[in-house]
Amino acid sequence: MSDGHPAAPPAGHDPLLAVDDLRVTFATEEGSVQAVDGVSFDLKAGEVLAVVGESGSGKSVTAMTLLGLTRSPNARFEGTAVYKGAELIEASEDDLRKVRGAEIAMIFQDPMTSLNPVLKIRDQIAEQIQEHEGVPDQEATERCVELLERVGIPRARERVDNYPFEFSGGMRQRVMIALALSCNPSILIADEPTTALDVTIQAQILQRMRELREETGAAVILVTHDLGVVADIADRIAVMYSGRIVEEGTLDQIFYDPQHPYTWGLLGSITRVDRPRPERLPAIKGLPPSLANRPSGCHFRPRCPHEFARCSEVPPLEARIEGQADHRDRCWLSAEEKRERREVRPGEIGLADKPEEAPAA
Amino acid sequence: MSVEAPASEEQRPPVEGDGDGQGPLVDVEHLKVFFPIKQGILLEREVARVHAVNDVTLAIDEGETLGLVGESGCGKTTMSRAIMRLIDATDGAIRFRGEEITKAGRRKMAPLRREMQMVFQDPFASLNPRKRVGQIIGMPLRLHGSKDDTIETRVGQLLEKVGLAPEHINRYPHEFSGGQRQRIGVARALALEPRLIVLDEPVSALDVSVQAQIINLLDDLQDDFKLTYLFVAHDLSVVRHVSDRIAVMYLGKLMELSPAEELYTKPIHPYSTALLGAIPIPDPEENRSRERLVVSGEPPNPINPPSGCVFHPRCPRSTEICTQVEPPLARYRGGHLAACHHPVSVSADEIRAAKKDPSSPLSAGEEMPSASDPDGGSAPSS
Repeated sequence: MSDGHPAAPPAGHDPLLAVDDLRVTFATEEGSVQAVDGVSFDLKAGEVLAVVGESGSGKSVTAMTLLGLTRSPNARFEGTAVYKGAELIEASEDDLRKVRGAEIAMIFQDPMTSLNPVLKIRDQIAEQIQEHEGVPDQEATERCVELLERVGIPRARERVDNYPFEFSGGMRQRVMIALALSCNPSILIADEPTTALDVTIQAQILQRMRELREETGAAVILVTHDLGVVADIADRIAVMYSGRIVEEGTLDQIFYDPQHPYTWGLLGSITRVDRPRPERLPAIKGLPPSLANRPSGCHFRPRCPHEFARCSEVPPLEARIEGQADHRDRCWLSAEEKRERREVRPGEIGLADKPEEAPAA
Repeated sequence: MSVEAPASEEQRPPVEGDGDGQGPLVDVEHLKVFFPIKQGILLEREVARVHAVNDVTLAIDEGETLGLVGESGCGKTTMSRAIMRLIDATDGAIRFRGEEITKAGRRKMAPLRREMQMVFQDPFASLNPRKRVGQIIGMPLRLHGSKDDTIETRVGQLLEKVGLAPEHINRYPHEFSGGQRQRIGVARALALEPRLIVLDEPVSALDVSVQAQIINLLDDLQDDFKLTYLFVAHDLSVVRHVSDRIAVMYLGKLMELSPAEELYTKPIHPYSTALLGAIPIPDPEENRSRERLVVSGEPPNPINPPSGCVFHPRCPRSTEICTQVEPPLARYRGGHLAACHHPVSVSADEIRAAKKDPSSPLSAGEEMPSASDPDGGSAPSS
C-alpha cells in the first residue's frame, strides 16, 4: 500500500525505521518490570503500521521509547532502533532533539492535557518550527495558519490566536495533528489519536488523517486498541501481548487469516454493529498477566485453550506459513493446526473453546 | 401513571416480578434539567442556561434494559443522575414505581435509595483507595442497618456472584485490574438488592476482551436478580448487546427511541444513521467498499441550542422546516419513535400511518413528516 507515494522507495529497500529486539525494563518498588520484551519490527516509508494491544501490552512504551520519552533513571534499555542510519535508543539527548518533531513526530491520546494551556496555539506550533528551522516569526505564523487549514480548522487565521481551552476536543486533536505535521516529519507516531473523541468526530479525524497521509507520504505508527480504527486506516498490523509482538502481518492477513490464538480472541471479542447480535459476547477468559509476574514461555499460555507442552518455551516470532514471509507469529502450533482449531464463521473469528467467566487468579 | 410508556408492549415479553400491578418502574415526563450560568459577585444574576436535558419523556419497564446513547454533552449522564435524584430537575416529573419523586426530600428518598443503585464509568476513581474491598461492598449494607456478621457473609456471596474470590475481601482496590475493579463496583451496586441499576458507561474504560466479560456478567446478573438497567453509553456498539430498547439523545433532546435490534437495521433519525455510520467496522473488505457518510461539524453549544430541530445544522437532510419547527416524536410501527421531519428507512405508507406521540416535547410543532417526502433510504438528499 506504500507504493504510489512519492516518498516511498522501491520495495525491497532498507526500511525507514528498523527496531531490533527492543527491551525496556523499569525498576519499581515491586521489582523490575519488563514492559517491552524483545520487540522487533520494520517500518517502510509511507506505510501505516498499527500496533494493537490491550492496556499493559507495552504498545505505548514501545512507541514512546523510539523518541526517548521513557528515559529515566529507573529505566533500562536494550536493543536498537535505527532511523535513516541513526540509532535512536542510545542516541544523546542533543541528537534526539533534532529528530523529535522534525523527523519523527508524535500525536498523543489526550488533546486536553497534551497542549500547553497558557500558550496560544500560534506560539506552540511556531516554537517547534523555529526550534528546528529557525525561520522568522512572520513566516512561522504563516505556516501555522496554513497547517491549521490543512487539518480542517475553520477560520484558521483568527484561531491561531486562541488558547487550547477555546477549542473543542475534536478541534484540539486537529491542533495536535497540525503540531505534529509542522516540520514535515517522515514518521508520525499516533498514540490512540481518536480514543478520547466522540464517534462522529473520530470519523472526521480519521478521514482527515487518511487524506493527510496521501498528501504528505509520512509513515505512521498507530498505537491503538480499537480494531475498527485499524481496519479503517492501517496497512500492516503488529499485535502485542504482554510486552511482545505475538503476530505481525498485513491488514488482510491479520483479519482474515489470523495465526495467534490471542489474535483470534481479540478479533472475536469485537462488537459489530453491522451484524446480527450474538446471544453472548465471546470473551477471552482470564486477565492479562501482571508485568512483574509473567508466566514462562508463551505469555498467553494461561489464557489459551490450546496450550500444550511446548508452550513453556518462548516461541520465536517467525513466518510459519509457506510463501508468506511477511506474516509472522509467536505460536508453536503449525499453520494447519491453527486453521483447524480457530473458529471461523463467515466474517467472525474466535477462540474455539467456549469462553467462560473467569475470576482472577 | 398519566404518561404513556413510549414502548412497544406487544414486542416485549410481559414484565416479570412487578410488585404493584402494571406500569413502568421509572417514568420521566417532560423532564428538563437546566444549569444556570451566573455572573456577578454579590448579586449573582443568571445570564444564561445550559440546556442539559430539554423536555424528555420516557419510561423504563421492570426487567428491561434501556440503552441511553449520545455523544458527550448530549445530556445522557445528567438525565441518568436526575432519575437517581442526584441532580434536581428544573421542570417535569420523575416517578419511581408510579410514585412522584421529583421533589422528594431526603427522608422520602432514603428507602428508595435501596432500590436504585449506580455503577460508574471509571473503576479507578469510583472506589475509595483506602478502603478494603469488604468495606467498600459492605458500606451500603452498613448504611442501611445490617449487622456486622450478616454483612460479612453477604459480601462473600456478592464477590462470588461477580466472579471474584471470597479471599479478595481484605484487599485494596489498587491490587485489582480495571475489569476486576468494575466487578467490585457491580458487587457494591448489588449489595442492597436494588431493582434499578444505572450503569454510566460501565465498560468504556476497559479493554475489549474485558468489556465482553463485564457485559456477559451484567447479563447474567440481570437474569438472576430480575434487575432493570439504564445503560448509558457514548456509542452504539456496546449498548446493542445489553439493551431491549435504545434511546438516542442529542443536545438534550430525545431523537429516537427504538426496539434495540431495529435501531441497527432500520434507524429512522438521520442522527442515528450518522452515529452508526461513524463506527469504524473492524473488517477491511467492508471498510473499503462502504460508503462513508461523515457528518460535518460538531454539536452546538447547549447554552443556545439551534431553533427547530437541534440537529439541523449538521443534518444532511435538513430543509427550511427543520430550522423553524421542532419535530414531534412520531410513532412508527412497532413503537419506534423518532423526532424528524425527513425520516430515513421508512416507506411513505409507514409515514402516513405514523402518529404524533404524546411523549413529544411540549414545544414541538404539529407537523408530521410528509409522506410525499422522498424516502432516501440511507442516502442523504442534499
